[in-house]
Amino acid sequence: MTSLPSSTDKKLGLVIDLDTCVGCHACVVSCKGWNTENYGAPLSDQDPYGEKPTGTFLNRIHSFAVTPKEGTTKLVHFPKSCLHCEDAPCVTVCPTGASYKRVEDGIVLVNESDCIGCGLCAWACPYGARELDAAEGVMKKCTLCVDRIYNENLPEIDREPACVRTCPSNARHFGDFADPLSNVSKLVEERGGIDLMPEQGTKPVNKYLPPRPKDETIDVLTPLLEPVAEEPNGFLAWLDKTLEKV
Amino acid sequence: MKQPVVETSPHVSDEVRKTTCYMCACRCGINVHLKDGKVAYIEGNRDHPVNQGVLCAKGSAGIMQVNAPSRLRAPLKRVGPRGSGEFEEISWDEALKIATDWLAPVREKHPEKLAFFTGRDQSQSFTSFFAQNFGTPNYAAHGGFCSVNMAAGGIYTMGGAFWEFGQPDWDHTKLFVLFGVAEDHDSNPIKMGIGKIKGRGAKVIGVNPIRSGYNAVADDWFGITPGTDGLMILALVHELLKAGKIDLNYLADYTNAPVLVNAEEGPEKGLLMRDKDGKPLVIDRITGKPMAYDHPKVQPDLRGTLKKGKITHRAVFHHMIEKYLDPSYAADQVADRCGIPAHRIKALAAELARVAFEEEVVLDQPWTDFRGRKHHRMIGRPVSFHSMRGISAHANGFQTCRALHILQIILGSVEVPGGFRFKPPYPKPPEAHPKPHSKVTPGEPLDGPHLGFVHGPDDLAIDENNKAKRIDKAYTWDNPMSAHGLMHMVISNAHAGDPYKIDTLFMYMANMSWNSSMNTSGVMKMLTDQDDSGEYVIPRIIYSDAYSSEMVAYADLILPDTTYLERHDCISLLDRPICEADGAADAIRWPVIKPDRNVRGFQSVLCDLGARLGLPGFVNDDGTQKYEDYADYIVNHQRRPGVGPLSGWRGGANDGGTGRGDVNPDQMDRYIENGGFWVKHVPDAAKYFKPWNRDYQAWAVETGIYDAPQHYLFNIYSEPMRRFQLAAEGHGDRQPPDHLRTRIITKMDPLPIWYSTEEDNRADDYPVTALTQRPMAMYHSWGSQNAWLRQIHGENPLFVPTKIWNENGFKNGDYARVTSPHGYITVPVAHMAALNENTVWTWNAIGKRKGAWALGDAAPESTKGFLLNHLIHELLPTKGDGLRWSNSDPITGQAAWFDLKVRIEPVGAKQASEPAFPAIKSPVGHGPETLTWQIKKENV
Amino acid sequence: MHPAPSIIAFTTLSGLGFGLLVFLGLGLPMVSGITAFWFYLIAFVLSVSGLLSSLGHLGNPQRAWKAFSQWRTSWLSREGVLAVATLGVMGSFALGRVFELYYLPWLGWIGATLSFVTVFATSMIYAQLKTVPRWNHWTTPVQFMLFAMSGGALLGGQMNTGAGLATISAAFQILNWYMGDTRFKDRGHTQETATGLGDMGSVQMFEPPHTGTNYLLKEMVHQIGRKHSQKLRRIGVGLAILPLFLLVTPFSHALAGGLVLVHIAGVVVIRWLFFAEAEHVVGLYYGAHSRG
Ligand SMILES: Nc1nc2c(c(=O)[nH]1)N[C@H]1C(S)=C(S)[C@@H](COP(=O)(O)OP(=O)(O)OC[C@H]3O[C@@H](n4cnc5c(=O)[nH]c(N)nc54)[C@H](O)[C@@H]3O)O[C@H]1N2
Ligand SMILES: Nc1nc2c(c(=O)[nH]1)N[C@H]1C(S)=C(S)[C@@H](COP(=O)(O)OP(=O)(O)OC[C@H]3O[C@@H](n4cnc5c(=O)[nH]c(N)nc54)[C@H](O)[C@@H]3O)O[C@H]1N2
Ligand code: SF4
Ligand code: SF4
Ligand code: SF4
Ligand code: SF4
Ligand code: SF4
Ligand SMILES: [Mo]
Repeated sequence: MTSLPSSTDKKLGLVIDLDTCVGCHACVVSCKGWNTENYGAPLSDQDPYGEKPTGTFLNRIHSFAVTPKEGTTKLVHFPKSCLHCEDAPCVTVCPTGASYKRVEDGIVLVNESDCIGCGLCAWACPYGARELDAAEGVMKKCTLCVDRIYNENLPEIDREPACVRTCPSNARHFGDFADPLSNVSKLVEERGGIDLMPEQGTKPVNKYLPPRPKDETIDVLTPLLEPVAEEPNGFLAWLDKTLEKV
Repeated sequence: MKQPVVETSPHVSDEVRKTTCYMCACRCGINVHLKDGKVAYIEGNRDHPVNQGVLCAKGSAGIMQVNAPSRLRAPLKRVGPRGSGEFEEISWDEALKIATDWLAPVREKHPEKLAFFTGRDQSQSFTSFFAQNFGTPNYAAHGGFCSVNMAAGGIYTMGGAFWEFGQPDWDHTKLFVLFGVAEDHDSNPIKMGIGKIKGRGAKVIGVNPIRSGYNAVADDWFGITPGTDGLMILALVHELLKAGKIDLNYLADYTNAPVLVNAEEGPEKGLLMRDKDGKPLVIDRITGKPMAYDHPKVQPDLRGTLKKGKITHRAVFHHMIEKYLDPSYAADQVADRCGIPAHRIKALAAELARVAFEEEVVLDQPWTDFRGRKHHRMIGRPVSFHSMRGISAHANGFQTCRALHILQIILGSVEVPGGFRFKPPYPKPPEAHPKPHSKVTPGEPLDGPHLGFVHGPDDLAIDENNKAKRIDKAYTWDNPMSAHGLMHMVISNAHAGDPYKIDTLFMYMANMSWNSSMNTSGVMKMLTDQDDSGEYVIPRIIYSDAYSSEMVAYADLILPDTTYLERHDCISLLDRPICEADGAADAIRWPVIKPDRNVRGFQSVLCDLGARLGLPGFVNDDGTQKYEDYADYIVNHQRRPGVGPLSGWRGGANDGGTGRGDVNPDQMDRYIENGGFWVKHVPDAAKYFKPWNRDYQAWAVETGIYDAPQHYLFNIYSEPMRRFQLAAEGHGDRQPPDHLRTRIITKMDPLPIWYSTEEDNRADDYPVTALTQRPMAMYHSWGSQNAWLRQIHGENPLFVPTKIWNENGFKNGDYARVTSPHGYITVPVAHMAALNENTVWTWNAIGKRKGAWALGDAAPESTKGFLLNHLIHELLPTKGDGLRWSNSDPITGQAAWFDLKVRIEPVGAKQASEPAFPAIKSPVGHGPETLTWQIKKENV
Repeated sequence: MHPAPSIIAFTTLSGLGFGLLVFLGLGLPMVSGITAFWFYLIAFVLSVSGLLSSLGHLGNPQRAWKAFSQWRTSWLSREGVLAVATLGVMGSFALGRVFELYYLPWLGWIGATLSFVTVFATSMIYAQLKTVPRWNHWTTPVQFMLFAMSGGALLGGQMNTGAGLATISAAFQILNWYMGDTRFKDRGHTQETATGLGDMGSVQMFEPPHTGTNYLLKEMVHQIGRKHSQKLRRIGVGLAILPLFLLVTPFSHALAGGLVLVHIAGVVVIRWLFFAEAEHVVGLYYGAHSRG
């Protein structure tokens, strides 16, 4: 199974809006919740109440300080989960065939019953999107909520990834990049969506919308503030004039 | 090539139960998915007015909260010394008997010796009902140290506040300015709103020393110097006035700007002039004659003056422009103090003006105002503001909040399309709120509700010698307008026996021996201090918590509460409801799972305790217990005829009802069927201009929000404040102590002012401001017991701006000694460039006491993690005037958390923070080694 | 990368084992009977124990057999298949030699080739990873083969060849380090490309996603002090190159044996560095390998 499909019918994935993400971690935890209870083994936690709590998460929010040549430093919250790459190196390195990319929708999955937990796929992933579960010894990664998006036990409207459904500031969008008219394709088009580490040649499906320009103070507007008067009496005089007009 | 078959439609749950989240006070609707009776997954309820389906990190982690090893298991009786954490489990009968034996005599002899204070209590209308019937004046919730400045500033000025009591018109606003907010109670709604605004490409501006979270996504960031917002806001007011960019009609019709101010020397000076029915007078533009503000024909004149004899009385507006056109408020004058260049302040003013006056929003929606005038459209100024503790948690916070509201008001952007909107039960004029009551009669209830709004010296809770009647000294000359009480002063006053000693301190969900107290180490000592006879100085402490918090160790009797999924609750219109600007709403919690421990919902316990104490309202005529449990109270209690804790489906209405009506025994079931909440929408004609909108007022009466229409004018000029000034000037028979006269005269200006709090906090020796922020993924101290959340925020560095970082030659891994006038702590530092250059900060309440929360003793929260609270004292540093002034706003008593000034020195690399306290013995043991939480299989 | 003992043992031991098998397959030395027994024992013990220790790295070793299935695409799979094939072929070849039943030179040559290719496959598991620029280069397989051959030769008593190869391996290793040290930069992986935020300015990590650690950090973001690594490099090469003495000093079994072990020790140190010094691009998301 570890050879990649030459092409997939759909290209399902996420658009993440870095202009809107407030870094609340809601998507991180709803992901943890859904995937602990659903696809495959639970996402375990080690030493959960002790000195070094660690656990498996399929989605984590980084944050970066970005400093331009001149001007103020910006802070960008940066969600990161599997990008479901078209040219997924994590798949081809897998010795057992546990890792594969689905022909129908391009979702990259791990078939846990075949996974020997060698970790090589995680090594092959440039984005840190795979985590070996310490309790189960199998590789865990974003499933794009494959067990939600087609789930007949969920109401139609809920057939979207848990992280997308929960994101309060609407910074996560789910859709089919193969369809140029899809919401995600349009967003990428309008906002100039970008790839992470393009030089790795992984052709990520997930795209990131860059933050809009910030701190462009609009001095041009100051004429709007032409004084009508400098002191109270002058002001009242102005007031008289204006009020007559009304 | 074959591809594994994936089960794409797995069984999601056996049953979904809809209730209300309580991982924080935002109170979102949740769908709790159950598998064989256990919680399998929690997601947002799409139909819910608050969160419309989304859920934050805390809410999604609820499953780890209701299963946390830190949950208390049974009532506890202290067996070791206070603070040791040594308890024995006892039965509920014994626990309630102890409580009754303690409290009954207190009520008979001196009810005031019970101090009953609650934390971020969502049942205040019920807990206060208990306290009132008990007869003690000593009741309040946490508002006093939280954000009373914001609530009081809003209500006194415009009859409604930010907090979660109002919201920007997210659908129409074109410019949103956020002052001093990291998260706020409206956690999800604000995020949803920002998402909406950004989606529309509208602009967000953040005014905050720290650029994180909301301020990180803001299109424009003003990294203001802490405590100076009032000054910058008044500079904006100055620039806008000077440019004539103000909404004259709005000011004339809806505010007290045209109301005449009495200029005659004497006890009336500075009060508003009124007609014989006590209605404020304005000058009518047509006749030039004084007229009642609400006369059907009146056209209030902002230029109004009234000559009587030699004296000319002038409208508020005159006083306003006189004050704010003063050059000292010019952008260039304030720039340095605020740390914002003058051209940026001007640009902000210009942008406000542009959006407000050149991009007005017009809705083709007729409406009728309180003067009976028909308007065929709703015209709005689409600039909106929100603000919270960054403004209010300073000792100049009340006036700064008022200044911000004045800014909104001169722009004509309150209760208009695109502006700031109230949520029912607001708007509500200050006069429509109760006044504080404090008359104690042994064995009898208090003479009325504890908390309320004062309108002058007569309403203060003091005796003829100016002695405070309340243990927290609320409503005294020290802080006359302390509308929420002063919870942060209770323990130190009780310990000092000033104004008097108490017998029992009874607290509910407030971690007062840790993150919710100032001077944490000091408080721990006060709670454990003994007098010569070996008696504890605070003789008895009863506490209700659901988890093994730091405070548990300091109580003598613990009443273990259920978790939020195991009990009935009501989020009531009588209290802090979940309304949206477009509708009145309330909600319930109900036991979606059964407790697996010997715990009881606290409110149900009060029903029982109240009956045992024979409190009126808690017993039937025959003396038997009136309310079997809280659910019984919620359904059957009535405050006024037809008005009770829940407004939905009253009088058996099937469609949800009007909000009024008889008790409906099936009410709880109706709520459960409807997903745990009730909404009644505001009719279109009533949606905006609510304080002046006839349709809204009629709707509010019909809904039971109040019993008669409550039209009013916004108080640009605050008459109650003037009344206190008059007293301080020597008028009237209730006189303040002399040492407070000047302070009252200068600080209680009826028109907002700004004053620096730096000197009081010795900024000369301690030049850096130290702040905290709420982490979005943590709720105060509760979050750390949550196995998922604590991985996100398990420790908290002190974030240091580039200037200070370089000056001290800090490296990653370094620690710093942070010293305030009150003490020092040693803590890890981290660099942050997007930060005001004289400000340091950390995440709030991450630091934990060893032994608490069922965490291991080496938990990073208790080794590296730290609290700033050790540096903050409830009193200001001594001034040498022989007095200790309290570290709160002189008007409201709001705790001034963010006035904290410090000094920073490097101490190199270290392993742990200081101070470190000995571990308390965990009454619940410790958590498991591994978690593989899945209901699908057996839990580990 | 985290220098896990299991993989260090796996790569070095199997390298030596298969290296030795190459020479034995070629009949260098031409041994039989009890001597052959000892040589083959050493070769098989080394390669097999190496392979076994690689299982130590697995989360689910009981399913290890599944790893043979993907030889078409996966170097790890190929390595497994080749290793087993090699052991089979060389096993039967060894049988003939030890019990002096038969001698099939071609079988030896096939076995030698397989052994050689197995080592190549092992090296490709690492060399294929674009995510670790230091590894992702032709020099990686060459280096692995060189050390396998030098070790094999020395173990096979081919002292002069061994000493020569050891010298070449060590020399090549130095070149390899020299080239590898700048490759991460040369490939242009930066926090800016990792985040796509380069157009806005220079990017620095502010807060990590979790204050607690995680699998990625433990497995792939191992950082080692420059001083420390320089020291270890000197030690590694120093030890590995010592067999050079054999060429200048009169032969003695003791000395030879000693120097062989010294060489192996050197290879272990170098292999530790091979992992410890390798920078994985994921580190860029965690503030590692950022300029300065
Ligand atoms: N330095 C600094 N200190 C601050 C602040 C700051 O900004 N900076 N903020 C201040 C403010 S605004 C506030 S509101 C306070 C908040 O401080 P607190 O009100 O103390 O908030 P918590 O510690 O989260 O919660 C108090 C207790 O409620 C318990 N609890 C949780 N759920 C339940 C329940 O269902 N039933 C019962 N009975 N108990 C429950 C928790 O276990 C905890 O012990 O902190 C204040 N302290
Ligand atoms: N996730 C989460 N949500 C919560 C809570 C929680 O613990 N966790 N707590 C709840 C409670 S009890 C409360 S009271 C609310 C409080 O919600 P917030 O009002 O957001 O309170 P803080 O988190 O203290 O944030 C105060 C903000 O004001 C800024 N600030 C401080 N001083 C100044 C100043 O002088 N000027 C300006 N412009 N800004 C300043 C700080 O940088 C910080 O961003 O949050 C509620 N919501
Ligand atoms: S992001 Fe990583 S794990 Fe996901 S497909 Fe791409 S390479 Fe594979
Ligand atoms: S860890 Fe599992 S999925 Fe990843 S490469 Fe190894 S076997 Fe394949
Ligand atoms: S798509 Fe599903 S699995 Fe992937 S990050 Fe979102 S929630 Fe997690
Ligand atoms: S939920 Fe949305 S806003 Fe919050 S961190 Fe995730 S992507 Fe960002
Ligand atoms: S904001 Fe989060 S924690 Fe608070 S109530 Fe809503 S979901 Fe629960
Ligand atoms: Mo608060």
